[in-house]
Order: sequence, then C-alpha cells, then structure tokens
Amino acid sequence: MGKIVAGIGSSHVPSIGRAYDQQKQTDPAWQPLFDGYEPVKRWLAEEVKADVVILVYNDHGTEFFLDCYPTFALGVADSYAVADEGYGKRPLPDFPGDAAFSEHLANHLVADEFDLTLCQEMALDHGFLTAMPLLWDHDETAWPVKVVPLLVNVIQHPLPTGQRCYKLGEAIRRAVEAYPEDTRVAVVGTGGLSHQLNGERFGHINEEWDKQWLQRIQDEPRELAALSHKEVMTEAGAEGGEVIMWFVMRGAMTERVEEVHRFYYAPMTTGMALLALNNSD
Amino acid sequence: MSDTQERWGIPGTYVFDLTLSRQGYAINKMCNSLKFDENREAFKADEEAYMERYGLSEEQKQAIRERDWLRLTQLGGNLFFFLKLGATLGYGLYTIGAQMRGESYEQFMSTRNVPGAT
Repeated sequence: MGKIVAGIGSSHVPSIGRAYDQQKQTDPAWQPLFDGYEPVKRWLAEEVKADVVILVYNDHGTEFFLDCYPTFALGVADSYAVADEGYGKRPLPDFPGDAAFSEHLANHLVADEFDLTLCQEMALDHGFLTAMPLLWDHDETAWPVKVVPLLVNVIQHPLPTGQRCYKLGEAIRRAVEAYPEDTRVAVVGTGGLSHQLNGERFGHINEEWDKQWLQRIQDEPRELAALSHKEVMTEAGAEGGEVIMWFVMRGAMTERVEEVHRFYYAPMTTGMALLALNNSD
Repeated sequence: MSDTQERWGIPGTYVFDLTLSRQGYAINKMCNSLKFDENREAFKADEEAYMERYGLSEEQKQAIRERDWLRLTQLGGNLFFFLKLGATLGYGLYTIGAQMRGESYEQFMSTRNVPGAT
C-alpha cells in the first residue's frame, strides 16, 4: 500500500534557481540558504527514500494563460519538461512522471469530489523547479524520484480557500493509502512565505508572521487554513497569499506531526522558508 | 485609492481579481506572447504596431510607452506576465519594484536585509 513518508514546505523563488545554476553555494549572501536545505536533502536521501514526489506549485504565466485558468491541475504524464520562462531553459534534466500513480490519484480524487484539470503535458517553471534540486540530487540526465505536479491557482482571484487546499491534502492521503503498490510518497507544498511584488507595497515582508507560520502550520493548521485571503495577504503580502499551497501538504500529513528541520532566511523580497515534517501518528 | 484597493482594502496593493484581470486582459495577453523570441523582436521593432495588434487601450499603451509599471498594474497588468515585457525592454524585477515604491534602485536595495542575494 502507498504511504506518505514526508511532508515538506518550501519557498519557490526564481533568484534561488539562478544562484543554484550560477553555483553560488558558497557566496556569502547565498550560503545560508543552501546550507539550510542540506540536512533535509540528506534526510530525504538516507531515511525517507521516497519513490514519488507530489509537488504542489503554481505556474507564473509560463505554461498556463488567463484565457482558461485551472483552479487545480494534476499532471498525469510519464514525463514533464523543464520550461523556458523567457531567460532560457534551466540546465536541469526533465522530470520522470509516474502515469499509473497519477491515474490512480486522479480516479480517487475525482471520486472524492475534487474535480481536477488533468494534464498530459505540463512544462514546469520555477514554481516547481526551485525546490527540487535543493531537496534531491540529480545528475545531467536523471532525478532519483518520479514526480506528480499539482498546480493550484494562486494568481487570479478567486483562489481556492485554505480550507479547500487542506481538504485536498486529506483526500490525497486517502488516495495514496488506497494505492495497491508499496510506493513511498513525499508531498511538497511550495510558495511563500511573505512577499509582495505589486504596487507601492512592493518588497513587503513580515518575518515575525513567517516564523509564527512555521510553528502554527504544525500545531494548529486548521485555524491557520480558516484565515481569509485578505487576512493572509494583509500580513504576508499579496503574493504571500500563495502559502495556501502548504495546506495541501499539511492536510496530507497526520493530525500531529514531528518537525525534522526548519530553516528561514529573508535576504531580499521573500521570506524563504523550509520546513520538513514527519508523520507522528 | 483605486477601485481594486477599495474592493480589497489593502493599501499599496492591487489584488489580481477577475475585475482587474478583465480590465488588463489585453496587456497580459500581449505580454504573454513575449515568451517567444520572435515576438520580442517584433515588439522591439515596432512597439506601437504590436500594442495595436493586441487591442490595448490608449491609457494602457501610454503606461507602456512611459515604462510606468505602477500604472500598468493599476490598469490590470499582472507582474508575472509583464515581467516578460520587462525582460524584453531590459527592466528587471527589482528595478520595476523600486519604481512602484517611488524609490531609486539604490534606495530600494538599502532597505533589504542582504542586498547581495539577487
């Protein structure tokens, strides 16, 4: 039977990808960030040993346009391309999918009343890409895990509620546990934490709110998920509203969780955070 | 306060809701097209003709002529799409952001914790 073996929350910021590609791992401005991910990368490789990663992300005007914008979209393919976001394609290998597992997820989630858009092709931008090489080692051609991309609309309001995202996570857990294969599944929720990229309040970050978030999502996720978008965006910035994607991860975990590692760094315009959780029930 | 700020009540913030998305659809559709190099070249060769092709309003065209990113936001431009216009014209995220804050690039960078982390 399938099993959820790790829950990860991680920011997705384009500058992290650039720093990675330009090998700035020991640059004083970037070293804290890369060092912050190292313990989790080791934990995933040595203990978690996931077969498949469900990564919750949003597209940034790369693959999906506003002419027809899905609220939730699930990849159901055997491979996913690295997208060109307009600055050239990042030097990362394309991602292997697990179409059989995706199909199982799609069947279960739709039967569980989550009516997802299903994608046979999905080019992945920094929303997906940023966390992957920081969490799993790759070589020039291959990744050690298969992936299932799960897109959430956090670009154009109305966004799904935090509670809806949490319930989707719960449904993912039920679907994974109904999978007949002994597949080890990690769930990664990306985005946030606080940042704002529009208007006179560009550059707004809220470090105190971010640090509370990293604790509250462990201890009282339902209360946190009940916050309105306006409440979250007022504190965490307009684009910080995307933190709802972490609820999909949290909902997929057990009621109580054990913290494996946390890291926070707010150098420029985003509260960059990493949280690694284990099921404790 | 603009309409979108009145709807949402968050100062200095333009929440990209369906009303704003509808208003800015031509801007965002045009900017989305700039993910392809041949379109970036076509835009640079004749900005006016390119904007006309996508049916931008005079006000929207003027905001682009002036590289006025705050105005473009108020008229429905979404940053994730107009970053492609920025890239076409040589304006990066922090340059655009500083302008929206009403600051110089240097002033903006001096407000950051670790300005080297770009």
